[in-house]
Amino acid sequence: MHELAVSRCQGRQSDDSGLQAAQTSMVDMTNYAIKAEGLTKHYGDTIALDGIDLAVPEGSVLGVLGPNGAGKTTAVRILATLLQPDAGHATVAGHDVLLDPTAVRRSIGLTGQYASVDEQLTGRENLELFARLLDFSRPDARARATELLGQFGLTEAADRRIKTYSGGMRRRLDLAASLVGRPEVIFLDEPTTGLDPSKRDDVWNLVRMLTAEGTSVLLTTQYLEEADALADAITVIDLGKVIAHGTAAELKQIVGGRSLQVRPTNVRDTADIRAVLSRITGRPVDEPTRGLLTTPIEDEKDFTDIVVDLAARGIPVTEIALKLPSLDEVFFTLTGKGVPDDAPADLDKEPVS
Amino acid sequence: MTSTLTLPDAIEQRPPSSLPWARHSLTLAGRSIKKMMRHPEQFFDVTLQPVLFLMIFVYVLGGAIAGSTHDYLQFVLPGILIQTVLFSTVSIGVNLNTDIKEGVFDRFKSLPIARSAPLVGATIAECLRYSITIGISLIAGFVMGYRTSTSILDVLAACLLVLVFAWCLCWIAIWLGMISREAGSVQGIGFMALFPLTFGSSMFASADTMPGWLRAWVNVNPVTHLTDAVRGLLTGGPVAEDAFIALGTAGLILAVFAPLAVRAYRTKA
Repeated sequence: MHELAVSRCQGRQSDDSGLQAAQTSMVDMTNYAIKAEGLTKHYGDTIALDGIDLAVPEGSVLGVLGPNGAGKTTAVRILATLLQPDAGHATVAGHDVLLDPTAVRRSIGLTGQYASVDEQLTGRENLELFARLLDFSRPDARARATELLGQFGLTEAADRRIKTYSGGMRRRLDLAASLVGRPEVIFLDEPTTGLDPSKRDDVWNLVRMLTAEGTSVLLTTQYLEEADALADAITVIDLGKVIAHGTAAELKQIVGGRSLQVRPTNVRDTADIRAVLSRITGRPVDEPTRGLLTTPIEDEKDFTDIVVDLAARGIPVTEIALKLPSLDEVFFTLTGKGVPDDAPADLDKEPVS
Repeated sequence: MTSTLTLPDAIEQRPPSSLPWARHSLTLAGRSIKKMMRHPEQFFDVTLQPVLFLMIFVYVLGGAIAGSTHDYLQFVLPGILIQTVLFSTVSIGVNLNTDIKEGVFDRFKSLPIARSAPLVGATIAECLRYSITIGISLIAGFVMGYRTSTSILDVLAACLLVLVFAWCLCWIAIWLGMISREAGSVQGIGFMALFPLTFGSSMFASADTMPGWLRAWVNVNPVTHLTDAVRGLLTGGPVAEDAFIALGTAGLILAVFAPLAVRAYRTKA
């Protein structure tokens, strides 16, 4: 089953070669905050990464999108120098992760899937500890901690232990902790997994604040919506391979198959509209929810023809729209399987050999 | 663009220092000590255990073993002191095994500090616990009637000897903590290894009273030499050779297990 899935992805990959070629032609003109080529990592017989390429132009956000177990966390751990790849090479902030890991560590901030802070210490103690380990002097460490606590709305909770923090506060502190050294490059490994939607929006705003300051970000996520909302470009990975790369709009085009949605003003017109649609597009018409007709549309001219025809017949509609497929559909097309919506995040933790 | 400007900013804040490794280790030791202070129950074993063991061995068994509880106290105190300290070396392995599963160690690994600094920091904090054990054992002994017959410097040297030996030994526990999946197995293996080391020594009885095969083990057991050296330093007697053997073994343990532990930590993903 495993192998079958791989070959299907490879088949798919060749279809996207145009997109990927367009991407590589830009390479030489851009400065990259992160550039990885052919990263490979095995755990015994398990292939966590099967030769993936990632590129984050300076000051941009790359969303690495994939389901649990796709290899996202392994890739982040290699780029953050926590793991060594079996093959391939990568530079982060211009430093080679294998040849000069210390320089890489000076340039990065890492936020893991789970808050990587010390639960027994207070928020302030955590930030001061990391500042001290980054060689800030005692007064500087205190000042930086105060500054970050203020910036992340944690001033009141500063002297409480982390274990009393809510999930959202924990993530904020975790994010703050990864910013202590004012890193050039930030890794956010599933920053919102397990957060409720309002807390998720908080984190999104913080990420936007970072990118507004010009920090380069590599963000992994299993939420298509999140990649769409935050990333300049998206790399989709599955089973340790890159299966697509592009902007959200480009990815949506891979799937093709746009659809037309029409909502009649009067329900009694539904049958007439259905007739118009099927005559012009020559395709079946669906009614996925009551009072909303959809039909696949291949030729854009059909869209105007339908509008003109409906106008000529004097049939009123409240909504008529050309819809691109959702990213969920993109993922389904690319991998031949759906994305688990709320699978437990720890499934993505790679096995330890 | 802003990013290239902010990094030098961070570098500028670094004061010049010749020993960042030592400073980072001490900073991390501070973290461990803070955590210990917040969990006073971590001090139960090192405070109550020597007192309980002293009372059991001296008042329950002492009369039968040595004919007089006071005589036995004079003999067994260094043994109880060392036994409690050695048993408390296991907990660092157990603690690190649990600790490392929390994300904070990932962050330590992503910081530009030596990989060994978090481990060394933890061992420095452990020395505080060992010192407390040593102090409590001596105080409890004095209250029960134990008397040293040497100078204060000798007593301090005895304490230091135990501390150094324990510090070296705790690297085995750290290594076990790094390679074990479960904290429980660290505890199990640790105690299993400590039983022959402590009870199979001259701590509780003179080797002369034991059968030949056991005497052979007791005489090579480094803990025997440590005990005899400490006895010498507290109540008089030959010290140099035993201290030398004890320290030599400890150094050997450190030389083997500290690199193993750091390597296991480094590769533990």
